[in-house]
Amino acid sequence: MITFMNNSDSEDEPCNERTSLMSAESPPVPSYQDGLQASETREAQTHRKRQTGSSRSPNNVADEDASDSDVRVRESALENEEEELTLKYGAKHVIMLFVPVTLCMIVVVATIKSVRFYTEKNGQLIYTPFSEDTPSVGQRLLNSVLNTIIMISVIVVMTVFLVVLYKYRCYKFIHGWLILSSFMLLFLFTYIYLGEVLKTYNVAMDYPTVILIIWNFGAVGMICIHWKGPLQLQQAYLIMISALMALVFIKYLPEWSAWVILGAISIYDLIAVLCPKGPLRMLVETAQERNEPIFPALIYSSAMIWTVGMAKPDMAAKGQSQQTWDAEDGRENHSSTSHLDSQILDTSSPAPSHPIALEEMEEEERGVKLGLGDFIFYSVLVGKAAATPSGDWNTTLACFVAILIGLCLTLLLLAVFKKALPALPISITFGLIFYFSTDNLVRPFMDTLASHQLYI
Amino acid sequence: AFFWLVSLLLSSLIWFIAVKASDPRDEPLQKGLLIFGVMFSVLLQEAFRFLYYKLLRKAIEGLVALSEDGCSPISIQQMAYVAGVGFGLMSGAFSMINLLADALGPGTVGIHGDSQLYFLTSAFMTMVLIFLHTFWGILFFHGCENRRWWEIAAVVVMHLAVSGSTFCNPFYVGSLVPSYLLMAIAAVWAYMLSGGSAQNLRRFLLCKS
Repeated sequence: MITFMNNSDSEDEPCNERTSLMSAESPPVPSYQDGLQASETREAQTHRKRQTGSSRSPNNVADEDASDSDVRVRESALENEEEELTLKYGAKHVIMLFVPVTLCMIVVVATIKSVRFYTEKNGQLIYTPFSEDTPSVGQRLLNSVLNTIIMISVIVVMTVFLVVLYKYRCYKFIHGWLILSSFMLLFLFTYIYLGEVLKTYNVAMDYPTVILIIWNFGAVGMICIHWKGPLQLQQAYLIMISALMALVFIKYLPEWSAWVILGAISIYDLIAVLCPKGPLRMLVETAQERNEPIFPALIYSSAMIWTVGMAKPDMAAKGQSQQTWDAEDGRENHSSTSHLDSQILDTSSPAPSHPIALEEMEEEERGVKLGLGDFIFYSVLVGKAAATPSGDWNTTLACFVAILIGLCLTLLLLAVFKKALPALPISITFGLIFYFSTDNLVRPFMDTLASHQLYI
Repeated sequence: AFFWLVSLLLSSLIWFIAVKASDPRDEPLQKGLLIFGVMFSVLLQEAFRFLYYKLLRKAIEGLVALSEDGCSPISIQQMAYVAGVGFGLMSGAFSMINLLADALGPGTVGIHGDSQLYFLTSAFMTMVLIFLHTFWGILFFHGCENRRWWEIAAVVVMHLAVSGSTFCNPFYVGSLVPSYLLMAIAAVWAYMLSGGSAQNLRRFLLCKS
């Protein structure tokens, strides 16, 4: 029972490959592998970190998170120093991830609430062939479960394919695939999005202007994501493409299928990252073995290393400090950072002329990385909550808070376990619980209170 | 914020069950159930504030144990303030946001005979509640720290009183005026507890160093 497909079908194929890539990439949230570094670099680092740690002004929320994790950490008294520094860093990075996740969600919610296009039902993707317009509840449930199975198997197949390609070093193929899909995202989906927004606000725009805008937007985006560019611009582009992808999902996934898919994908995430033979774990481990970055188009990184730009001119003079950096870099478990960020130069930072500045700047290198699939699915959850026909903002707000708390907890666990963790399960579980309970339980309560103007 | 949300969830669960289990046509019963729901929710919020206090206490102990110089980078008073602000913001957001969204659309306030000041009074009430939650956070945590149970009881009683006064709506004098008075009292009390005094205030206002 295949429903009618509109002509955006063909474009969804590579898009979904892209999606599956990105969702497949959701788990790598690797952390600062402080504990694994060799001892000779440890002193240097701890010394540096202590300097920054004490000078950093405490951020309330950040420190709460740090403090929450401290309870568990107390048992392992041996790693006291390492843990303390890790947690101080962890707290800061929680905030560094809150901002982009929040921005992505805000963009998605704002679009859903204002642009009608994304809440209209205009067909389904071929990945969810079963329609939900059935008369009985049981049939609808069955259809959504079948849709989910198909979607998840597509994602699993794509992920395994990607991992196999990566293992056999077919880099050109992977790069071509990624470039093609980000090309399509940046140009086609942005064009559609722009068109719908202009339609909503009844603003006329001529084709030459549109071509100019889209061309510039897309070209700069391709360069930023796949090559070099300012970090913040790259982050902004990644947020934008995540939001666009999430909007596509919100539009084309039928109601119940969307919720079941969200649940299933967080289970899949858990399995794929934590099981020894899970495809995502193998991907991360292979990348670490080869000291290569995971593809830049799939991961959002909150910080980068600036050092390589400085390393070029004067290797001899840098001597010892360079040694330190290299040693540390080599041992850093997410040493993919080095290769990746070696391609990204921070144009605003002038090359320092002495080793001390070099060391200070290395503080920034320990960013946290979050897969784009995570952004997408968080935004899908919040967007679906915002798209509910009842138009209730409380539900959206509740899901938003739930997801952020889930993210906090995940980052906490990351600081404790220090290896790649799936970012989806905890947040999505909280989000789902809060969505259903707020929509069904809290909404009538708050509505009744508001109508009598009672306050609790 | 999360803790407030969870308390709201549980209280609405209780209310929902109660409503479903009762007769929807019986007006006084529904009103009674609503009052019960509100009071229960207030008590649950305060209970969750206490739980949050316990959690933060443990966290501070952990932080102190791990820090280099034996004192935590964030004090319990700061945490109290943050907890209060979190509760207040969440409570305010949940009260106001649907109202704000509807206010953007077309319509006339009070066209069916309700009060015309609905939006205004809602705004003021929400503001006073947010402030009150902040002050209650400080008072509550201070009471827990120093084992002064009467402070905690005072917070709970104040919360119940403010919620109860909203039952007078739309007779707004009955709800807004007491709430603002209570807020002023709580503000002064919290200020005193946080180490402020009349001299500090005067110095601050006159910009003396």
